[in-house]
Formats: sequence, C-alpha cells, structure tokens
Amino acid sequence: MDNANSPLQIRALDKFRGRTQVLHGIDLDIAPGERLALLGHNGAGKSTMIKAVLGLIRHEGGSIRICGAAPGSAAARAATAFLPEAVSFHPALTGHEQLALFARLSGERADIEGLLERVGLGEAMHRRIGAYSKGMRQRLGLAQVLLGRPKLALLDEPTSGLDPISRQDLYAIINELAEQGAAVLIASHALTEVEARTDRIAILRKGVKVADDTLAGLSAQAGLPVKLRVQASGARADRIATETGGRRINGASVEILCSPQQKMAELRKIAAMGDAVADIEMVPPRLEDLYRHYSGEDRK
Amino acid sequence: MRRAFAIARAEMLILRRNRWLFMATLIMLAFALALSFAGSAPTGTLGVDMLTVSVASMTTLSVYLAPLLALMMGFDAVAGDRDRGSLALLLAYPAERAEILLGKLMAHLAALAVAMCIGFGAAGAVAAWFGGAGTESLMALGRLVLTSILLGAVFLVLGYALSALSSGATAAAGLSAGVWLVFVVLYDLGLLGAVVMDSGGVFTQKIFPWVMVANPADAFRLWNVAASESVALSSGMAGAASALPGWAAPLSLLLWPALGFLLACAAFRRLEP
Repeated sequence: MDNANSPLQIRALDKFRGRTQVLHGIDLDIAPGERLALLGHNGAGKSTMIKAVLGLIRHEGGSIRICGAAPGSAAARAATAFLPEAVSFHPALTGHEQLALFARLSGERADIEGLLERVGLGEAMHRRIGAYSKGMRQRLGLAQVLLGRPKLALLDEPTSGLDPISRQDLYAIINELAEQGAAVLIASHALTEVEARTDRIAILRKGVKVADDTLAGLSAQAGLPVKLRVQASGARADRIATETGGRRINGASVEILCSPQQKMAELRKIAAMGDAVADIEMVPPRLEDLYRHYSGEDRK
Repeated sequence: MRRAFAIARAEMLILRRNRWLFMATLIMLAFALALSFAGSAPTGTLGVDMLTVSVASMTTLSVYLAPLLALMMGFDAVAGDRDRGSLALLLAYPAERAEILLGKLMAHLAALAVAMCIGFGAAGAVAAWFGGAGTESLMALGRLVLTSILLGAVFLVLGYALSALSSGATAAAGLSAGVWLVFVVLYDLGLLGAVVMDSGGVFTQKIFPWVMVANPADAFRLWNVAASESVALSSGMAGAASALPGWAAPLSLLLWPALGFLLACAAFRRLEP
C-alpha cells in the first residue's frame, strides 16, 4: 500500500555502519497530523533513522519516501523540518539573523519576528546566539521548525535542556504543528512526557523495531500486571496478604499484582473483606513499564 | 543562486562580527607598508620608480600571505560547522552542498579582496607619493591585487576540500598548514634542488618551467613578473618567465580555483554529518 501522500513511509530499512548492522528492516509510517514517539536507549538507532530520513546518510536496504519523494531530494527537504539533538548555531549571528538565513534557504517569506515571539525569544532576537542559554538555543531550533509549514517534522530529543514551563510550551507548539496537518516524529528519552502527548509509540531496540502501537494497544499486547495497593485498617495487613497472595510492603499496605483479566475478580475478593481494607489504589502499567518490557530489560 | 547569496550574506556578517575582516586588512596593510618602506633602497640602481620596486616586494609578500589568509578562513568552512553540530541542520535545508560552498566562497573572497585592496592600495599610494609612479607601475599594482585575489581563491577552495575531508576543525587546520608549507615553501625548494642536480640539462630547459607554473603560487609570481619587465628585473625571475608562453601562468591561476572548487564539492558531497 504505497501512498504518495503519506508524509513518511519507511519500508524494510537497513543501515550498516562498517560491518555492524545498526538498523534492521525497519517499517514505519506516520499519517498527517499524527504525533509519533520514537523511543529507545542511546545507540538504539533513533538518530541514525532520522538522519537516513533526512538523506544525510545513505542506507543500504529498503526504501524511504517523504510525501512520495526520495530522502535528500529537493522536494523531500522542502517538506521536512528538523530539530537536531542539542541544536547549535554559529555564535556570532543573532537569533533573528540565523532564522532569516533559514527562511531564505527554504525560500519562505516568513514572519521572522512573529515566530521568535511565538517561541519566547522576542526580547533576545537581536542578541548574539553565543550569549543564549541552552534552552534559548532550543527555542530558536523550534522556531526554525515552524518555518514554512512542514509536512513532516523530525524532532530529536526536543525537550533536552528545557525547563518544565518551556516543555509545556514545546508540546503546545507540537500540537499546533499536528493540527496544521504535519506528521510529527519525536525521538525521546523522557517517557513520562511523551506518554500523554503522543498518539502512537514506536520502540527501537538495537536497531530493531520491537513495538509500534498506541499506548493502550501496547499495554494489551504486553499483558503487564495491574498493581493493586491495598491499605489495611489496624494490624490486619498480614491477613490480607495471606488471603490475596499479595506482598506486604510496609506495616499497613499490601501490593497485589494481577493480570488485567483477573483484575475484577481480585477487586471483588478485596471488597468482601469488609472493613479490614481502609483504602485501595489501582496502578495500571505505565509507559515506563511498557518501555522496560519492550526494550528488553525484563527479558531473559 | 539565491541560496548561495543567503549563505554569503550570513558568512559576511560572521567575518565582520568575529573581527576577521578587520584583522586580515590590518595584517595586509602592516606588511605591505613595511615592505614598501624597506624596499625603497634599490630604486636608483635599477632605474625604475619606487612603486615598481614596491610591487615586486609585495608580490613576494603575497605569495606567502594570500594563501595563508585564505587557508585560515577556508579550513573552518565545513569542519567548524560540523564540530559545532550545526552542519546537519544546515544540510537538512533545501540548499545544494555546492551552493553552500559557493556562498561561503563569495563571502570569503570578498573579505580577501577588501584586505588586499586596502593593504596593497595603501602601500602603493605611499610608494607613488614618495617615489613616483608611471602607467606601467600602476598597471602592475592592479595586476598584483587581482592575481592575489585569484591566488587566495585557490587556497580558499583547497581549504574547503581539506575541511570537508578531515575529521574535525583541528585536523583541518593541521592539514592546511601542511598544504601551505608544500605549495609555498617545499615545492620551490624541491624544484631548486632538481635544477641544481640537473645543472642546466633537459629538465632545466624544457620541463622545469612547466612544473613550476603548475604550482599556483609560482604561477602567481610568474604572471606578475612576466607581465611587467621592470618587475621581472627587480625580482630576478626573468629567466623562468621567458621560457614559457604568456598564457601559461594565467591559465594555471585560473584553472586552479575552478578545479579546486570541484574537488571541494566532491569532498563535501561524500561527507555524512
């Protein structure tokens, strides 16, 4: 199903570095307006894949199509925006001059001042980048992503070096991009951040794509246990632990792990214990657990 | 072309900001003036005006200084961006790599031209004021400025090629120093040795002038010398110049920048940031 309008279509992508294969038959699609989180350890191949999509490095097998065009072609580069990891610029230029250069290179008549205001660099736009903080450089990097309405935005670790408020702003801008119809790929380590802010999650492990689904889909496939934390009233924690087969974690609490299917049965059993139970808390598997599951830390 | 101009504009800003333009002009001015004054002694004995002598000594100066200034700008062109981590982003924009190099070349050449015009121009004006100048010596000065810019272009593009080929800016700087040493110093020493060994044989008669003109630094010298008899007289290079057809040195000095640029583009295209 080759679709020329798909912002990004990767098929059976192989990439070698010397003799070592760093990407193994990767398939990946992103739809317009979709936000995909690309997760993986350092060296899992995230940045390599992004560089291959940008046409900065050659790949040995498979195909990449950006809106139907080959990576590195003029059409592909015009459709793509890129935010490199730890973005940097020439320190002698001002933010305004740097963004003006990018606008001229992409042939856009952009509202440079407006864009810089949008990312919170209104005050600093005529200062030299050499005097910018890491967060300010990251914001400038983000401003150039917004140049010229990209069809595909590739963001490599976009939140590194940003304070929590800036992160909020960043995700607001990412949502804006997606609403305008851009396919957004976010390579990240910050699991808790991308959990609620992306539509789909792909996990790379040693150059192999080991997962690619929505958060709910991944949870169901992984079959990770739900955690029930029961707080006993009085000194009845021991009794609860023996009756439910759970584990005492402190004087008054018991932790029970059960599969999603058993969850209701467990809850009924606990409810039947009456006032021995003071409180109950239910913790579904988080992205962190899923990530650990899929990226192999749980596997023998 | 529009993209090359965009790059050139930003590069020009950078050269002005980091005081490169100012320093290069200052260096050219200081050396050219010093040589003009120091070289004013032999005017009477050779029977030429002072500007001619001044141009002859500035030709020798330019052989050393133009390649040096050019390489100092060129070595950082690709490797600097790569070390800083800004190259990948630049290459993700729809500008061809040749356009990026062309833009840098335009800015760097303009900076060299400013430094050369001010440096040699001021020294020439001083020499003309104190020791007189004729049409021929003014022509020689103009030729010196133009050929110096061409010589600079050769080493700019060679610098770009080294910059794209080397693993980082430090390595590129080292390689550039090596290239300068080979073209400006060792090449001539080698030729000199060969001529001495040959002691006036076939090599000295037929081959030596061609081998010499193949080096852009020597082609620069020969062009300036051959075009002006009095400059040749005062620099003592008339022998080699007369053994070659008039087009040899200009051809060499015009071919080198073009070939060097193609080489730099090829090296830059191979680069994976």
